[in-house]
Amino acid sequence: MTTRLEKRFAQLNAQGRAAFVTFITAGDPDFDTTLGLLNGLPGAGADVIELGMPFTDPMADGPSIQASSQRALRNGASMKKTLDLVRRFRESDNDTPIVLMGYYNPIYHMGVETFLGRAIEAGVDGLIVVDLPPEEDDELCVPAMKAGLNFIRLATPTTDDKRLPAVLANTSGFVYYVSITGITGSASPQARNVEAAVKRIKGHTGLPVAVGFGIKTPEQAAEIARAADGAVVGSAIVDAIAKEIGTDGRVTPGAVERVLEFVGKLATGVHAARKAAAE
Amino acid sequence: MTDKEAASVSVTKANSLRGGPDERGRFGIFGGRFVAETLMPLVLDLDKAYKDAKADPAFQAQIDYMQRDYVGRESPLYFAERLTEHLREKSAASGGEGGAKIYFKRDELNHTGSHKINNCLGQILLAMRMGKTRIIAETGAGQHGVATATVCARFGLPCVVYMGTTDIERQKPNVFRMKLLGAEVIPVTSGTGTLKDAMNEALRDWVTNVENTYYLIGTVAGPHPYPAMVRDFQSIIGEETKRQMLEREGRLPDSVVACIGGGSNAMGLFHPFLDDPSVKIYGVEAAGKGIETGEHCASLKGGSPGVLHGNRTYLLQDEDGQIKDGHSISAGLDYPGIGPEHSWLHETGRAEYVSATDREALDAFQLCSRLEGIIPALEPAHALAFVTKLAPTLPKDHLMVMNLCGRGDKDVFAVADHLGVTL
Repeated sequence: MTTRLEKRFAQLNAQGRAAFVTFITAGDPDFDTTLGLLNGLPGAGADVIELGMPFTDPMADGPSIQASSQRALRNGASMKKTLDLVRRFRESDNDTPIVLMGYYNPIYHMGVETFLGRAIEAGVDGLIVVDLPPEEDDELCVPAMKAGLNFIRLATPTTDDKRLPAVLANTSGFVYYVSITGITGSASPQARNVEAAVKRIKGHTGLPVAVGFGIKTPEQAAEIARAADGAVVGSAIVDAIAKEIGTDGRVTPGAVERVLEFVGKLATGVHAARKAAAE
Repeated sequence: MTDKEAASVSVTKANSLRGGPDERGRFGIFGGRFVAETLMPLVLDLDKAYKDAKADPAFQAQIDYMQRDYVGRESPLYFAERLTEHLREKSAASGGEGGAKIYFKRDELNHTGSHKINNCLGQILLAMRMGKTRIIAETGAGQHGVATATVCARFGLPCVVYMGTTDIERQKPNVFRMKLLGAEVIPVTSGTGTLKDAMNEALRDWVTNVENTYYLIGTVAGPHPYPAMVRDFQSIIGEETKRQMLEREGRLPDSVVACIGGGSNAMGLFHPFLDDPSVKIYGVEAAGKGIETGEHCASLKGGSPGVLHGNRTYLLQDEDGQIKDGHSISAGLDYPGIGPEHSWLHETGRAEYVSATDREALDAFQLCSRLEGIIPALEPAHALAFVTKLAPTLPKDHLMVMNLCGRGDKDVFAVADHLGVTL
């Protein structure tokens, strides 16, 4: 079975360009804004969408994404509404892969089987669960694979060659290389280090490698896109959303369009990168 | 050894409740290693380093020496005579003839004023063995922060302590103490500014500074091997208690009682007694304003299993799996989780978990001060509140040990405030 993710990366590979992977938090700052963004992201150039499942204690995230989770939860975000967003998005887009990203507890609390059933029914393609290393694969990773969802694993600079095979063993869809040791949105990655790391990972797997954590500008996105199969931008987009929120906690008129315009600039950086390199 | 003896030894081992956790760090379904990939190699390194250290007599000798000459162990097992008398009178007043004989394990007499130093000493010696050069910690009441800052000063390592802003406000003396000891105290504003938020922030620091930094966790929670390792370092409490009680009374206690936030003082007292079925084990959680009000920190009584801070355990959470903020008068018990081994002991029924409210703890705090001349910390005041309820219902020959795990100097200002006294 080929998933939307696998199809998308295969298409992009054939076109000789890298994937632009965007992250936003579900329900930040409210349901309708997220739905507007989701519907506009493919048109703005997003090839893959990561949708954050808000959690009260996002231990691996920096201030931007922590704040986005809190905004969403304050405005009534929940697992059910996150899945509703995916379902609504799928009404008009059946091609763009959606990966849910977050922490294990809300999934565990819902019940793994129930969650997997609802996620597949809603049109989710993959999962990134930050606090489930391969040592805990039987919790969610293996059941998710059996149910037909991709389970995307994070590899980090601390994942050495000895450990990489274990990390990659049950990974599918793509590998998410976290380019720095640290939380989301902090120090920017060094292109040279990223290139070496991607090469190292590719020595162990045929899966596409997307790189994230700390990419903030179209230039940085382009640099990463030259070295990897995909560039992930999260905090910078979340910051752009935060800028649109007034003192009343509501977004200003035209916010969705302005955020998508920023996403479009990042996308241009990513999509032009390989072509420029080839010329 | 005869075959029969060999068989009985192996049977004892197989049935032991002290053998946990398993290789994956599980106590039954609880525990585990639910951490980000960046931290996983560090957690595995730590597991290996701790195993090596545990097998090295020189490491144990180093701990023993420091426990004796620096911490001041062993701590006394003290017969709380006037409290015992008081509770016997209470029993008589209601027509009974009971009133258990109450002992305090005096861990509040340790250097730095609580049991926390037992663990800090073990972990800093381990950190140095591992070649780490920077120590980070989280703290709630500030007792763990002070103990960590103390050992860092003693061994000359830089120390960063994360502490919630709410806790900084209610534990000012400890904040100043940490600074005097040379530690950097970083205020944490996220969430409600309590222990859970401090732990999130410490984890973020660790994920960022993996090369040189050792995360010195203060309780029996977090990813494996922390729950087992902290328990081992705290087990000196229960081991001493066992030996002292045998010397004093010629037999084991009938019950042991300790307060529980994360549960390290309790695990330290309980663990050596797990295989002695005659010893009843009671853990006392913080009921805050009352479990029925929803404003409490009783993870076992008012929570359900979930995954947070690296382990599966009982948590306070809502119907969506979002973590709820606890409430307790005691900053040290103000945590929405509990060590995974406690969750397991709760589910297997080996230990019984009860709770005491803010009000009951405040009453016990004052009672202990007046009857025994010991101002307890608000944390063990919760354990004492339960003791004052249970002891009168038990016969006079019932031997009860309560862990007086911290002294109350740090709480004097907060208690005055609650009692409406202006200092």
